[in-house]
Amino acid sequence: MTDFIHPALLFILGALPIPFLNGLIRKIYLVLIPALAILAVVAMSPGSYGEAQFIGQGILVAKVDRLSIVFATVFTIMALIGMVYALHLPRAGQHVAAFVYVGSALGVVFAGDYLTLYLFWEGMAFASAYLIFAGQGNRAIRAPFRYLMVHVTGGVVLLGGILLHGAATGSLSFGPIAGAEIDGDLDPGAYLILCGFLLNAAVPPLNAWLTDAYPEASVTGAVFLSAFTTKTAIYVLARVFPGVELLVWLGTVMALYGVIYAVLENDCRRLLAYHIVSQVGYMVAGVGIGTELAVNGAASHAFAHILYKSLLFMGAGAVIYVTGRRKLTELGGLYRTMPVTVALYMVGALAISAFPFFSGFVTKSMVVAAAGEDHRALVVLALTMASSGTFLHTGLKLPYYMFFGTDRGIEAREPPRNMLVAMGMAAVLCIAIGAFPAPLYALLPYPVDFEPYTGQHVTESLGILMFTALGFVIFLRALDPENTISIDTDWFYRKGARYFMWFAERPLARYEKAVSDVSETAVLPFLHRSARAGLRLDLYGVDGVVNGIAHSIFSGGGVLRRLQTGLVTHYALAMVAGLIAAILVFAVVWR
Amino acid sequence: MIKRVVGFFGDKENAGLRRRLFYLILVLIVVADFLVPREHAEFLWDRLPGWSALYGFGSCVLLIFVSKFLGHRGGLMRREDYYD
Repeated sequence: MTDFIHPALLFILGALPIPFLNGLIRKIYLVLIPALAILAVVAMSPGSYGEAQFIGQGILVAKVDRLSIVFATVFTIMALIGMVYALHLPRAGQHVAAFVYVGSALGVVFAGDYLTLYLFWEGMAFASAYLIFAGQGNRAIRAPFRYLMVHVTGGVVLLGGILLHGAATGSLSFGPIAGAEIDGDLDPGAYLILCGFLLNAAVPPLNAWLTDAYPEASVTGAVFLSAFTTKTAIYVLARVFPGVELLVWLGTVMALYGVIYAVLENDCRRLLAYHIVSQVGYMVAGVGIGTELAVNGAASHAFAHILYKSLLFMGAGAVIYVTGRRKLTELGGLYRTMPVTVALYMVGALAISAFPFFSGFVTKSMVVAAAGEDHRALVVLALTMASSGTFLHTGLKLPYYMFFGTDRGIEAREPPRNMLVAMGMAAVLCIAIGAFPAPLYALLPYPVDFEPYTGQHVTESLGILMFTALGFVIFLRALDPENTISIDTDWFYRKGARYFMWFAERPLARYEKAVSDVSETAVLPFLHRSARAGLRLDLYGVDGVVNGIAHSIFSGGGVLRRLQTGLVTHYALAMVAGLIAAILVFAVVWR
Repeated sequence: MIKRVVGFFGDKENAGLRRRLFYLILVLIVVADFLVPREHAEFLWDRLPGWSALYGFGSCVLLIFVSKFLGHRGGLMRREDYYD
C-alpha cells in the first residue's frame, strides 16, 4: 500500500477536521487536500490494492488502470478548482459535503468490486443532495428531496442488479459484463445495473432529476454537481458496457434532447443543466460505439466537459451570487460591470462549442470521428446538429441575454477574487487542452492515433459554428426568453404523483366508502337474517326430522321387543300363519 | 484589456463594425472551406465545400423552430407556477 494512497480516503477522512478549522487555516487546508489528491493520482501505478474478504465475497477496494486514472485525474483537479471557488463560504457544511461527494466519486472510480462501488455510489447521492439542500428558498427543499428519492430508487435498482448478476455469475468483481458486446445478450441483472447507471448519466427519460435539482443548488455546490455524478456514470458505463448498441442511440437522442429543451429555458443554470444532458449524450454514444477511438473520445470528452461545464456553472453562479437573479428575462447589460466574468464565461462557452484551440474541439471531434469511422451517418449528422445547438445556447443565447442584450440597470460588480481565480484556473485548462491536446491524449485508455487539427476539420467546425451564429443573429427575436418553465419527465412524479394522490383520495376513497356503506346497510343485515333463518331451519326443521325418525325407530323397536314373548307355542303359531300366508301369496301371485 | 475586448462586443457604437467583421468572417470561412485539402471523405457531404456552413445554419434554424413549436404547440412550456 505504500505506492498507493487512496484519494477517496484523503477526501472522506479529510472532511472530518473541516468543521473544527477556521479562517486562513481552513482555507489552506481546503486547497491542500485536493492538491495532495492530485499528487496521489499522478504518483499511482496500475494494479490492484486492498483485497479482502467480506461476507464470503472477494472485495477489491482499489483497482487502478488507465481508464480510472483519467477520471481520477480530472476529478481531483476539479475538486481543487471547486474548493477554490467555494473558499469564501463562511460555514463548513458545504465543504464537508463536497469533500465526501468528491471522495465517493473517486471511490467509484477505483472500485474493484460491485459492493465497494455501491457503497460509494450511495455516498455520492447523499453528499450531493446536501449541496442542493444548501441552496436557498422553498424550492430548494422540495427539489433535493425529489433528487434524493430518484437517486435512492436508482440505487435500489442498481443493488438489485448487482445481487442478481452476482447470483448468476458467482462473482461481484467490477468489470466488463460478459456478452455486453453482443446486444440483447445481457442477463436481467445486467439490465438493472445498466438502468442504475443510465439514471446517473441522466439519459432520457431518466434525466429530469438533473435539470430539476441542479439549478436549485447553492452557487458553489452546483459547480461540484455539474462535474461528478454524470461523469462517474460515464466511467462505469465505459467500464462495464462498452459497445452496447442501445447506448449509441440513447446518447444520440440525448445530445439533441438537451439542446431542444435549452431553447425553451429561462433559468440560466437550468439551461446549462440541459447542456449537461446534451454533452453527456456524446459520451454515452461514444461508449456505445465502443471502438478504441470512441472510448478514448468518451473519456477525453468527459475530461474536457468537467472543466468547461464547471467554468460555465461558475460564471452563471457568479452572476447569481452578485445579482441574486437567475432568470434570463431579468438579466442583461452586465458586461460593463462584470467584464472579467464575461470573458472567463466565454472561454467555457467556446470550449463547450468546440471552437478550434479550445478543449471541446479536440475531444468532441473524437466521438464524432469514431461514429464516422463506424459508418454511422445518422449519428454523425445528429451529433453535429447538437454541436450547433450547443453554441447557439451556451455560446450565444445565454451570454447575450445574461451579459449583453437589454440593460436592466442591475447593480453588479465582479464576484469575490477566489471565484475569479477558480474560473481562471478552469479557463486556462480549457485553452491548454485545446491548444496542446497531446498530454490529455497520452492519459487516455488506448493509444491515440487522431489528429484534430486538419484544415478540413477546422473549416468545417468554424462553418457549423459561425453559420449557427448567423441563424442566431437573424432569428434573435424568436429566441427571446419567456417567463415559463418546461415540462420534462419529472412531470410523472411531480404532477403524476399528485394525480395519483387525488385518485387515491377522491374516486378510490369514495368507491371504498360506497362499498362499505352498501355492505353495512344491505349486505350485512341480509347475511345476519339468512344466518338466523338457517339457524331456525337447522333447529326446527333438520333437527325435528332427525329427532322424529330417531323417535319412531325407538318406539318401533319397543313394539318389536314386545313381540318376543319367549313362549314356543306363540312362535309355532306365527310360523303356521306365515306358512299359510306364503302359500296364499304363491297361489294368488304366481298362478 | 479584457474590459475593452468585452466592451467591443457590447457597446452600441461598435455595432456596424461588428456586423461587417462578422460577415467578413463568414465569407472567409466559406472560401477557406473550398481551398482546404479533403483527404478524409467518409460520407458524401464530406466532399462538398460549404456543406458545413449550410448544415450549421439549417441546424440552428431547425432547432429554434422545432423547440419553439414543441414548447408552444406541444404544451411543453407552462406558467412558472405550474407545479405549485
